[in-house]
Amino acid sequence: MGVGIEVSNLNAWYGTNHTLQDINLNIPANHATALIGPSGCGKSTFVRCLNRMHETNPIARVTGSVRIGDLDIYADAKPVEIRRRVGMVFQRPNPFPTMSIYDNVAAGLKLNGFSNRRELDEIVEKSLKNSALWDEVKDDLKKKSGASLSGGQQQRLCIARALAVDPEVLLMDEPASALDPVSTSKIEDLIFQLKSQYTIVIVTHNMQQAARVAEKTGFFLNGRMVEFDSTHKIFTNPSDKRTEDYITGRFG
Amino acid sequence: MTRIRFQQSLEDLKENLLVMAGLAEQAIQRAIEAYRVRDLSICDLVNRSEIAINRMERDIDQAALDLLAMEQPMAIDLRFILSVIKINADLERVGDSAKSISDRVRSMELLAVADLPVDIPRMANLAADMVRKSLQSFIEGDAELARGVLTMDDAVDAMNRAAYKSLTKVMEEQSHLAAQALNALMICRSLERVADHATNIAEDVIFWVQGTDVRHHKSIAKAEAKSQVV
Repeated sequence: MGVGIEVSNLNAWYGTNHTLQDINLNIPANHATALIGPSGCGKSTFVRCLNRMHETNPIARVTGSVRIGDLDIYADAKPVEIRRRVGMVFQRPNPFPTMSIYDNVAAGLKLNGFSNRRELDEIVEKSLKNSALWDEVKDDLKKKSGASLSGGQQQRLCIARALAVDPEVLLMDEPASALDPVSTSKIEDLIFQLKSQYTIVIVTHNMQQAARVAEKTGFFLNGRMVEFDSTHKIFTNPSDKRTEDYITGRFG
Repeated sequence: MTRIRFQQSLEDLKENLLVMAGLAEQAIQRAIEAYRVRDLSICDLVNRSEIAINRMERDIDQAALDLLAMEQPMAIDLRFILSVIKINADLERVGDSAKSISDRVRSMELLAVADLPVDIPRMANLAADMVRKSLQSFIEGDAELARGVLTMDDAVDAMNRAAYKSLTKVMEEQSHLAAQALNALMICRSLERVADHATNIAEDVIFWVQGTDVRHHKSIAKAEAKSQVV
């Protein structure tokens, strides 16, 4: 099951560039939360702070606290453990190109020393079913490589890979922006199904997508969280003029 | 400013709706004038306006539909387009009401002029004033002006109820004036509808400008209070 995320006084820097400023936010468990805002507003940096991906950049720095359920990820957890609990899917599907479909899904488990063959088979099947890819690939699991799939299938494979390690939170950074409308629709349907089991945070430039899949939406601007509210409120009657100007296309 | 073409399309939509509003407002004023002076040539003008209003209703709906489909508007733009669609329908009905009044005037042509216990010009002025103010609130995006229109509706409703009472009495007691009284009653009913459409327009302006749905508040509150008592 998903867990809530509590962000307090979060600040982030790339070198001297103060990219996130005093972010305070409670992301509800088992819901999809969308983050929107113009390019460079800090939304991708923000999601990278939620699994300490941000600190893989040597000039990056973070202060403040992020609690994933009962775990304070900047105080008492190792990055590997955090990334097991907080899966991530990126803009461009990035399957391991030389691995089979099966091995792509099993990669995270194997990395964690998981070796029971039968259980591994079960988890791979369950993850591919949960990512709505099973029916399309079940006959070619070990024959075909991840790279042989279409873009949309590759993205769902990456989601299966993220689900295989049984995370509580799934971060998605523009997961459908490189996909055609049919594949995009499948990813959105998938998000809709997955949110009952996982807490999902999705960064998107597609406002309609945010409106379709998320219960909550946050608007970022110049490194600050301008407004965080129900998606319905944000897209029909936002409280802040800057949010309204952005979503109606008056700037950005 | 981005989406310049979209913003221009919204401006065009507003402008077209205002042209239609002008026609509807003119139609109702002409219908009232036709009644006052019993001039059938004015009734012809009302009929012609109604055809133009109907044509504009379709064009405006189509333009609004195109914007919804092509531009996927959000927030205040989405509320604006929804309001335009609804105001469009209300204006078309104002045109229908104007035609109903002019039809009554035609049917009164052969009847003797009767001194009836109803002040139709006063009621007509109030209804026309509501239409004018609701449209002004739309032009200026002024929710406060629109709220003022809502408070005017009760007066028209009261006048309509009083007209019903006095005119049915005429029908009962002075049967030779029954036809005139019936026509006057139907005109009052049309004017009451015009006031209702003006109220709807004002409510749509409030929704567009403030994102607040003020429709049916009184009746919902009344029903809720009643259910609490039960």
